[in-house]
Amino acid sequence: MRRMLIAAFALAALSAASLTTTTSSANACAGLIGSNGAVNLGRTTTLAAYHDGTEHYVTSFEFQGGGGEFGSLIPLPGVPTKVEKGGSWTLQRLQLEVPLPQPPATGVRDEAFSSSARVLQEVRVDALDLTVLEGGGPAVAQWATEHGFRLSPDAPEVLDFYAERSPIFLAAVFDSEAAAERGQALGDGTPIHITIPTDNPWVPLRILGLGKQAEEVVNADVFLLTDQEPELLPGPRSGLFVQHSDRATDLLLDDLRSDENSEWVPESAWLTKIVINSLAGDLTYDLAVDATEARSPSRIAAGLDRPAPEPVPSGPGFIVEPEDDAGSNALAWAAGAGAVVLLLAVPALWVRATSRGGRGA
Amino acid sequence: MRYMFAAAALATIFLGWACSGGEQVVEERGISIRYSKFEPTTLTVPAGVPVTISLENGDPIEHEWMVGDEAMHERHRTGTEPFHDEIPTEVSLRAYQTRETTIQFDEPGEYLFICHLPGHEAYGMVGTLRVVEG
Repeated sequence: MRRMLIAAFALAALSAASLTTTTSSANACAGLIGSNGAVNLGRTTTLAAYHDGTEHYVTSFEFQGGGGEFGSLIPLPGVPTKVEKGGSWTLQRLQLEVPLPQPPATGVRDEAFSSSARVLQEVRVDALDLTVLEGGGPAVAQWATEHGFRLSPDAPEVLDFYAERSPIFLAAVFDSEAAAERGQALGDGTPIHITIPTDNPWVPLRILGLGKQAEEVVNADVFLLTDQEPELLPGPRSGLFVQHSDRATDLLLDDLRSDENSEWVPESAWLTKIVINSLAGDLTYDLAVDATEARSPSRIAAGLDRPAPEPVPSGPGFIVEPEDDAGSNALAWAAGAGAVVLLLAVPALWVRATSRGGRGA
Repeated sequence: MRYMFAAAALATIFLGWACSGGEQVVEERGISIRYSKFEPTTLTVPAGVPVTISLENGDPIEHEWMVGDEAMHERHRTGTEPFHDEIPTEVSLRAYQTRETTIQFDEPGEYLFICHLPGHEAYGMVGTLRVVEG
């Protein structure tokens, strides 16, 4: 009964929020790729929890309709051990715990080829096909292309940005027919939960700007659950601020644990909420998190420094298209060679004929 | 003797024509694409001379190299042709593909080259072909 009440309250709150401009509809914290190459996200909400060396990543993909497929990409810090349906109202419950300020208290301007990727896992959640890929930027781009999606022009650089640190990506594609059969309406979200063992937690932020123009605004809410207060990199800056940082209440943790597939929620945790309200062109970093005693988040994980380059290049080679007029060129060369023979042969024959004539004369 | 020289001259002319692929190509240029940017972004060629341009796509996505006047670009901004491979000034490049095209502009001036795939021009896939008196 308690669970139903929480769900009802969360859904009611979400419905009410959708009527305001400060809603936090739960889109995936991912970059979108669309067949028309021009897809924009609304505000995204994500929970990234770290406990006992495992990251629990909960996000939601919003059904956008359309006749074809619709896809998203999430870079991951490691290979997940499990991809499953997420809790139905976890993200909404978190938004209730730390609602957005009115208006947002931010200083951000308002105007503001090798082989294809290796498929590690394929999971179906409702009408959502989830594929865990390994293979780096070019291979993931090739996979996306082969699956009917046109990547935005910034995709090659952004995918390389992530692949340098981790070649693992999650591709999510809505089966629009299945969604329609399930009665999913536009805007309905499908939450997913990804379990990733990692000692190098980070939350992808730059991917949120994929496909956006530099002057477009990226809005996102990122909730962190950690064993203790985390050190974050980068720290607060224009376009990123910490709205909430405090020990999570027992009530919140109990609520979250009572949601579907959420038994992993720890007994105690620190809750941090980060609000992103940044120009896409400024969002060139990710969020590195360190909740250990070291309190030293990685600059590489934050995307501020590049990792050491791989010793062996692995990019696909260039495909050189055969010349269309190669045949005519070969003929021309043959004709040219014939001309050379003619050039040499004609005087020789002429000299021999003259000689014979001379002799005969 | 007169016939010998005539034959030699004809053969030399034919050989020169054959070695040049049947046309008088006197200029060669290269443009590469990486992370959806042209390099170089400005290219200078002589007017009235065929110029062979090697286009190298170093990205895992498709690109276009379309050069011409504003009317031509305006047409392609809303065009729906999926692939261009018949007109020398309109070239589509698949992922990691290298192609050559030979163009000739007789009138000096500046012509933009642009990738007209959705969002690519706005992302900055624009360059300038400067055609100068030869």
